[in-house]
Amino acid sequence: MEIKVVRNVLDVNKTLAGRNRDRFSQEKVFVLNLMSSPGSGKTTLLEKTLVQLAPDLKCAVIVGDVCTSNDADRLAVSGAPVVQVNTDQFGGDCHLAAHVIAAAADDIDLEDIDLLIVENIGNLVCPAEFDIGEDARAVVLSVTEGEDKPAKYPVMFRVCDAAILNKTDLLPYLDYDVGAAVGYMGQVHPEMPVFQLSAKTGEGIDPWIGWLKEQVTRKRSRG
Amino acid sequence: MHEMGIAMQVMNIALESVPSEMAGVKIERVNLKVGKLAAVVPSSLRFCFEIIAKETVLAGAELSIQEVPVTAKCEGCGLQWRLDAPVFTCPSCESGSVKMLSGRELEITSIEIEDEE
Ligand SMILES: Nc1nc2c(ncn2[C@@H]2O[C@H](COP(=O)(O)OP(=O)(O)O)[C@@H](O)[C@H]2O)c(=O)[nH]1
Ligand SMILES: [Mg+2]
Ligand SMILES: [Zn+2]
Repeated sequence: MEIKVVRNVLDVNKTLAGRNRDRFSQEKVFVLNLMSSPGSGKTTLLEKTLVQLAPDLKCAVIVGDVCTSNDADRLAVSGAPVVQVNTDQFGGDCHLAAHVIAAAADDIDLEDIDLLIVENIGNLVCPAEFDIGEDARAVVLSVTEGEDKPAKYPVMFRVCDAAILNKTDLLPYLDYDVGAAVGYMGQVHPEMPVFQLSAKTGEGIDPWIGWLKEQVTRKRSRG
Repeated sequence: MHEMGIAMQVMNIALESVPSEMAGVKIERVNLKVGKLAAVVPSSLRFCFEIIAKETVLAGAELSIQEVPVTAKCEGCGLQWRLDAPVFTCPSCESGSVKMLSGRELEITSIEIEDEE
């Protein structure tokens, strides 16, 4: 006998993500989910981003790290509250799930902040599948990775609202085809803005900061 | 990657779907729809499921996975097509305003239980 079910396998995560989203909206907090492969420069970009945003926005960070607290220590230098989470066994250590974010958010005074940035686990596959209740998603790709990564990991580039092509300071030393990388991103997600910058030197970072501020403002004005 | 977690969810949902008056009945098959772009490897999902299903009424149950192709719709001209490569530009009008219709499914459609004699 066949019994109809029709349920999404990840519906528990989806429900919890929806609860996070309601809670963040109530507290008027904008949430950014920042993702990439390991080493693309998420933490470095955040170090710079937090400093640039400090005069205008109150930020906090949740950082997912598999076993160290190095990233949390680097980010805490900015003065923003940083919560470090280590992933649990069943969530796997490949992504942050909604329940992990819910617990981490308990350690943040949400009423006091405007923008919560989540540095996800370094992985281009799994985090794309797990909603955490964010308002926007961004992916970092660096010029030391293959130009065709967007085509190899299309879901990640498809679900993101913006992409950062990082480490442009290294371009003079590399045989990297920026046009090809941007081209692949354009195929996978034609309407996604791509910010070319160096998180290390800060060159090209302004359009990214501008985009982020605009997103936060837009959510606020929606109420 | 996270197939073990997914397999556990599949098991929980399958167990919850057995009507209470049939509790304990053996489940023979779990039917799943998995999109081509869902982050799940069918063979590892089957492997994880087999391990955790032991000692439950799901022991020996088959995970039957139907792969769903990626299809999209152009918001400009309305064309619907099936993608064989991750290129989300309309092949007809070249618009980049395209909505994915299918390909990311990860859902249980039904369970099949042993018929009573
Ligand atoms: N040259 C250069 N190195 C960078 C840049 N951004 C990050 N890095 C380096 O790349 C490595 C990984 O960066 P990190 O921010 O920890 O990456 P994450 O794993 O994505 O958080 C570190 O050694 C950084 O100093 C950049 O824009 N240019
Ligand atoms: Mg990091
Ligand atoms: Zn079209």
